[in-house]
Amino acid sequence: MPIDDRELREFVAEATGAPSAVHIVKLGRRHFLKLTGISATGLVLGVGMHAPKARATGTATFVPNAWLYIDGDSIVIRATNPEVGQGVKTSLPMIVAEELDARWADVRVEQSAIDEATFGRQVAGGSRSVPTQWDALRRAGAAARAMLVAAAAERWGVATNKLSTRDSHVVHPNGEQLSYFDLARDAARQPLPDVDALVLKLPRDYRLLGTWVPGVDNHAIVTGRALFGIDHRLPDTLFATYVKCPATGGKVARANLDQVKKLAGVVDAFVLDGNGKATELMPGVAIVARDTWAVLAARRALEVVWDESTAAKDSVTAAAARAQKLLDADGEEVISRAGDVELALGAASRTVDARYEYAFVAHAQLEPQSCSAHFHDGRIELWAPTQTPARGIQNVASTLGIAEHAVTVHQLRGGGGFGRRLVNEWMCEAAAIAARVKGPIKLQWTREDDMQHDFYRAGGFHALKAGLDPTGRLTAWRQRFVTFTTDGMNAVSGGQLGKTVFPGELPAAHHMSQTKLAWHTPCGAWRAPGSNAFAFVVQSFIHELAVAAGRDHVEFLLEQLGAPRWLEPGNAWALNTERAARVIKFAADRAGWGRKMPAGRGLGLAFYFSHAGHVAEVADVSVDANRKIVVHRVTVAADVGQIVNDSGARNQCEGAVVDGLSAMLAQQITFEAGRAQQSNFDQYPLLRMRHAPAVDVHFLQSDYAPTGLGEPALPPLAPAVCNAIFAACGERIRALPILRAGFTV
Amino acid sequence: MLTLTVNGVERVVEEVDPATPLLWVLRDRLGLVGTKYGCGIGHCGACTVLVNDQPVRACSLTVAAASEFSITTVEGLASPDGRLHALQEAWIAEDVAQCGYCQAGQLMSAAALLKRKPAPTDDDIDAAMDGNICRCGTYQRIRKAIHRAAGGVS
Repeated sequence: MPIDDRELREFVAEATGAPSAVHIVKLGRRHFLKLTGISATGLVLGVGMHAPKARATGTATFVPNAWLYIDGDSIVIRATNPEVGQGVKTSLPMIVAEELDARWADVRVEQSAIDEATFGRQVAGGSRSVPTQWDALRRAGAAARAMLVAAAAERWGVATNKLSTRDSHVVHPNGEQLSYFDLARDAARQPLPDVDALVLKLPRDYRLLGTWVPGVDNHAIVTGRALFGIDHRLPDTLFATYVKCPATGGKVARANLDQVKKLAGVVDAFVLDGNGKATELMPGVAIVARDTWAVLAARRALEVVWDESTAAKDSVTAAAARAQKLLDADGEEVISRAGDVELALGAASRTVDARYEYAFVAHAQLEPQSCSAHFHDGRIELWAPTQTPARGIQNVASTLGIAEHAVTVHQLRGGGGFGRRLVNEWMCEAAAIAARVKGPIKLQWTREDDMQHDFYRAGGFHALKAGLDPTGRLTAWRQRFVTFTTDGMNAVSGGQLGKTVFPGELPAAHHMSQTKLAWHTPCGAWRAPGSNAFAFVVQSFIHELAVAAGRDHVEFLLEQLGAPRWLEPGNAWALNTERAARVIKFAADRAGWGRKMPAGRGLGLAFYFSHAGHVAEVADVSVDANRKIVVHRVTVAADVGQIVNDSGARNQCEGAVVDGLSAMLAQQITFEAGRAQQSNFDQYPLLRMRHAPAVDVHFLQSDYAPTGLGEPALPPLAPAVCNAIFAACGERIRALPILRAGFTV
Repeated sequence: MLTLTVNGVERVVEEVDPATPLLWVLRDRLGLVGTKYGCGIGHCGACTVLVNDQPVRACSLTVAAASEFSITTVEGLASPDGRLHALQEAWIAEDVAQCGYCQAGQLMSAAALLKRKPAPTDDDIDAAMDGNICRCGTYQRIRKAIHRAAGGVS
């Protein structure tokens, strides 16, 4: 059965700096102007539409726009995008507060409604939350500030340009101050400013942005308050599980439902046929009971006979064998070609060829999928920790065959995302069960459900051959790639090769091609899609070339970048070789590149550009005689423009290092007969504290607008560590996870 | 019917299968949702609670067995007057959390450690925290927060 994964591929286009990124920013701006247009013709309408809470309580005194209001002694700023651990519930409101000149202690953050017409792209994906919201959020804060200043100017009888603002106060030239709370009522009567005429701050004037601000949910997290999807509980809710065929696409032939229905606590058990879409509802058996344990106990007694005639029969061993054969020749699809690569390879004074591969991996976000749903009066409400709430509304409407306006999604905090929650089939399952039960339910996936029904990061196979001239310069590059397709047409999310995997201009003679193998198990976007695997292959191979050429790795890598320039002129989301060179030199310098290392210990370098972020990492690694490795320290140098929250930004880099290491060490999902063979953390190990390296994070801040940090610090980690292992013991790793070659921590 | 002592309070749980893991009784029956479900096989530590001051995985302890002991969950870590435990303060100051899902379990393992060893070394911390996974990778901050809390305590 073909899987329509168009939705997921979008996030990869974004990862590689597609021109659409600029379009997205402009779109957000248009939304803002549209909103302001509405408000300008009637503030009350604007208030009514965009400040439902304020309208309900009638207490807000100043509602300048949809992003904030002043209510009593709080400045309430709405967090518009889903929070799954990437820190946007804190960082996005900080942007509003900066332009507003609000004192952060006066700010209360509230999760906004899902309303993309007002708020623009409400998605946690592609490291895009900050860059797509940056302009609108600054203008929202600046517009409110202008109205507060106008109110103060009126009260004091002075011109607005004589006044300044600081810490939630307007300041008179004579030092006198008026607080925003005093001014709120008067500010509400001021005309809305022209958003184009607003003067935004220069980075040097920032007081809040770039500082260390702890997360706004920290207190609730450390005291165990209900926050996450799994914590939400509707009054009189029932609890549900949904059992699907272990091989994607299998249908229920028969099940012992009568027996299951008799078990203690069980309210109902039934089959859902689904709509055949892996991103919505596949066939399965639902069990509904009075509490989670009754559901799980009943599930153990459930016996289903699956009809697997149309189910996935994927096998990774068969795929690997086929891929190795295919790599003997150029792929059927040419990605980029110039000159005569075979001629250039023949003329090279030295050639290097190598095959690389990497396994399928699961997301394993720590909170298994969970969703509450309540179907009543032809409408459905869902409480969901999704990364794509607006798409969730579409998915649920499509599954139930109801209008999108009959679906309401309440955004909850997600216990990790990593791309898994870009897909909302768990919401559709909850919706379908709630519609059948006609009341409130809570769907709870088990860890096994989560690991065996993922949208996996697909594996891949590469054959590379490159030529060097007598001076050790790269003259030819040939790359063959075997990837997967689940729709028979397009490569899976993250499985499309592009020339941007090479850091700079490819040699004049190059040939890049790919071939797609048919696959039936769903694949999806895993943190830094595409980049998370291509970085390992390309940055390891470049190190191989530097070694073969007898040249210093830093110098060889900088040579590939070439002269300082934007790689795609006019596209500010493309690689900038100057920014790249700066982070590489900085990371190397801080890590003590070139110093003499003790026996069995080495430094490894890698650079990768993804999600508009330039990141270089140097790993310091020891390897002992038993192939046990210790990653002592990883030095990270990143240029993502202006830093919004110093704490959150560092945390993302520290976490990406641990995540990257965790994945490269021992994580793999293998499939046989269409079934994932791993089901829980005993078979799919996550890194633990004793193996977590020290991480030094350095931001090379530039005046470029900020770009996201959820992803770009991850891709360089695996090649940096593998290059360090080579430096330490002389052994080249060409397959992930490195457990395959017998390396462990 | 079973009686549980949770956070110093006796709680009666009616009509409960004695084989139910403590985790689901805490979450579904007592409304204490700070204790999280992560794997159900005792491998991730998200459900860690204190049983007579020892860290235990609530997914792997039956409610019947738990009823013989005093249980502390993350909701019972602060003083009854709301004053935070030194570890909770340190977790906020170090801005440890990313998604935050594992942190209740991390805090409980750390609380057990500090009771046993008020000034732990890095090795003590690594050993005590080995049963707790943080998928977001906040380990270095967790370690710093434990040292910070220990400093505050001594």
